[in-house]
Amino acid sequence: MSVNDDTVRKIARLARIGIVETQVPALAGELSTILGWIEQLGEVDTTGVAPMTAVIPNHLAWRADVVNDGDIQAKVLANAPDATSGFFAVPKVIE
Amino acid sequence: MTALTDLTIAGMKAGLAARDFSAAELTAAHLAAMEGARGLNAFIVETPDIATAQAAAADAALAKGEAKPLAGIPLGIKDLFCTKGVQTTAGSKILQGFIPQYESTVSGKLLADGAVMLGKLNMDEFAMGSSNETSAYGKVISPWKARDSDGLHSNRELVPGGSSGGSAAAVAARIAAGATGTDTGGSIRQPAAFVGISGIKPTYGRCSRWGVVAFASSLDQAGPMARTVDDCALLLTSMCGYDAKDSTSLNVPVPDFAALLTGDLRGKRVGVPKEYRLDGMDATIARLWDQGLEWLKAAGATIVDVSLPHTRYALPVYYIIAPAEASSNLARYDGVRYGLRVTPPGGNLADMYSATRAAGFGAEVKRRIMIGTYVLSAGFYDAYYTQAQKVRTLIAQDFERAWESCDLLLTPTAPSAAFAFGDKADPLAMYLNDVFTVPASLAGLPAMSVPAGLSPDGLPLGLQIIGKPLDEASVLNAGLAIERAAGFTARP
Repeated sequence: MSVNDDTVRKIARLARIGIVETQVPALAGELSTILGWIEQLGEVDTTGVAPMTAVIPNHLAWRADVVNDGDIQAKVLANAPDATSGFFAVPKVIE
Repeated sequence: MTALTDLTIAGMKAGLAARDFSAAELTAAHLAAMEGARGLNAFIVETPDIATAQAAAADAALAKGEAKPLAGIPLGIKDLFCTKGVQTTAGSKILQGFIPQYESTVSGKLLADGAVMLGKLNMDEFAMGSSNETSAYGKVISPWKARDSDGLHSNRELVPGGSSGGSAAAVAARIAAGATGTDTGGSIRQPAAFVGISGIKPTYGRCSRWGVVAFASSLDQAGPMARTVDDCALLLTSMCGYDAKDSTSLNVPVPDFAALLTGDLRGKRVGVPKEYRLDGMDATIARLWDQGLEWLKAAGATIVDVSLPHTRYALPVYYIIAPAEASSNLARYDGVRYGLRVTPPGGNLADMYSATRAAGFGAEVKRRIMIGTYVLSAGFYDAYYTQAQKVRTLIAQDFERAWESCDLLLTPTAPSAAFAFGDKADPLAMYLNDVFTVPASLAGLPAMSVPAGLSPDGLPLGLQIIGKPLDEASVLNAGLAIERAAGFTARP
C-alpha cells in the first residue's frame, strides 16, 4: 500500500496532529514502508477464524450500581492548563 | 564487606532483619549512587526526600517487628506509573508537569509493602521504542561498554534497550535494587537482556493496569526488573493481585513466588520453537540458546521440538494492534484536562488540539498514532485491524497447541546484544528487534529474560522463558535453573 500526500494530510487531520507541508512527503514515505511491510498479513488464510477479543478468558465483573467516588473537583482540575469557576476552560468554540 | 548497593533484595531483607544496617543507611547508599550516576540519565525525577522519609518509616517498622515484606528496599518506578504528588510524564513532553492526584495500584502495592521510592525512571515516550531514544527527557545511556578487539573498552555509548531503559540502567548500575517495568511487546525483557539483569512480564491481567499510563491496553502489563530471579519473584508477589478498578484484572490467588523457587525442573518439558531459529541468526546467540537447553536438561527437564507456525506474522500483527490501541488511548492528550496546551494566536478549539499534539508528541509517537488512525479508518478497518485480530487468534492457538507437548518454551530474548545510539534509525529495523518477545505478548503469556552469557565484545545476552497462562512459578523456576548454571557474574 502506498500512502500518498493527500492521505497523509487526511490521517493527520483525523488524528488532530498538526503537520507542516514540508513534512508530508517524508511521512508518506515512512508510512508507505511500514504499511507495505504490514501487508504480508493479507496472505494468511483466516477463513472461519474469530478475531481475538480477550487474550486471557475473563468475565467482566459486575458491581453494585452505586456512587462510590466523587466530590473531588479540585483534584480533577488540579492539572488543567486552564480552569475557571470549577470548569475546564477552552478557546471559544462558537463565534 | 559487600557494598550495600551490591546486595540482592533478598540479601538486603536479611541484613535489615538482622539489623546489620538500617533502612536509612541502605537508602542513603542508593541515593549517593543515584547522584554519582546522573550521567546515565536514568531518572526523570529523583525523590530523595520521599525516599528518606520512607526509609525512616521502614526502620520504625523493623524496630517494632512489624516490617512488611519489602520494608526499606530502594526501588525505582518507571515514569509510566502514576505516583501521587510526583510528576509522571510517560517520557513525553505532552505530560510535562503532570502531578497525579492518585497512586497507581502497582506502585501503591509496592509502597504498602514497605518499599522505598528513589525516583521516576526515564523511558521511551509512551513506552514506544526499543532503545530509549524516543524519550523527551533525553536518552538513557547503558552502564555497559563494548570491548574492542584489543580488549579495551570502547567509548561508544550503547542503548539500554527499551522502553523500560531507565529501569534497566538503574538496576544494572546498582542505583536501585529493583525497578518496575512495563511490557507491551518486550519492554521489560529486551532491556533486561541488554544490561544483564532479569525481568518478568507476568500473564496479562496479573498486575493491575490502573494508574499506568496506557499505550496498548490489550497488551500492556507491568512487571519487575531486578538482578536475580529470586528478587524478581519477591517483587512480583507484591505487584500482582486483583483490582476491581481494572476490568481486565484477573481475580485469581497470587502465590508466594519466591517460596516456590527450587530450580528443579524434573518432569518439565521445554519446547524449542523451530520458527525462532531465524536465517542468519547470530552465531553466539544460537550457541547460547543450545547451551541454555543443556542447562535446563541438567536441571531435570526434557527438551522437545515444537512448531509455532504463525510466528513470522507476530510483528506485523503487533504493529497494527499496538498503534491502533495507542491512537485511541492517546486521543485524551488534547490540551484540555492536563498536560501541555498550545493555542495558536486567534486559534479555535480544533486549532488548539492539533497544535498541542504537534508540539507535545515526538516523532515516533506521531508515527504510531498516524498508523493506528489509518488502520482504523473507514474502508481499511477490516483489511488491517480485523485481519490482525484474526491472525492474533492463530498466534495464540499456536501456543495452545504447543502446550499439548511442552510446559515451557526457551528462546533468545533479542536477536542481538545492545547496539549503539543511531544504529537503528530506520523505524522498521528498530521494530524487528522485538521479534522474539512480541509473540508471547500477543498471546498474553508470562515470559521472562535471564542473563545467560556475553557476546564476543563483552555485552550481556539474555535467554527468554515463556510459560502457560498463570504459570509464572514455572517460568521463574526455569529462570533460576539458568541463572545457577550460567553463573552470570559480569557487571558493567
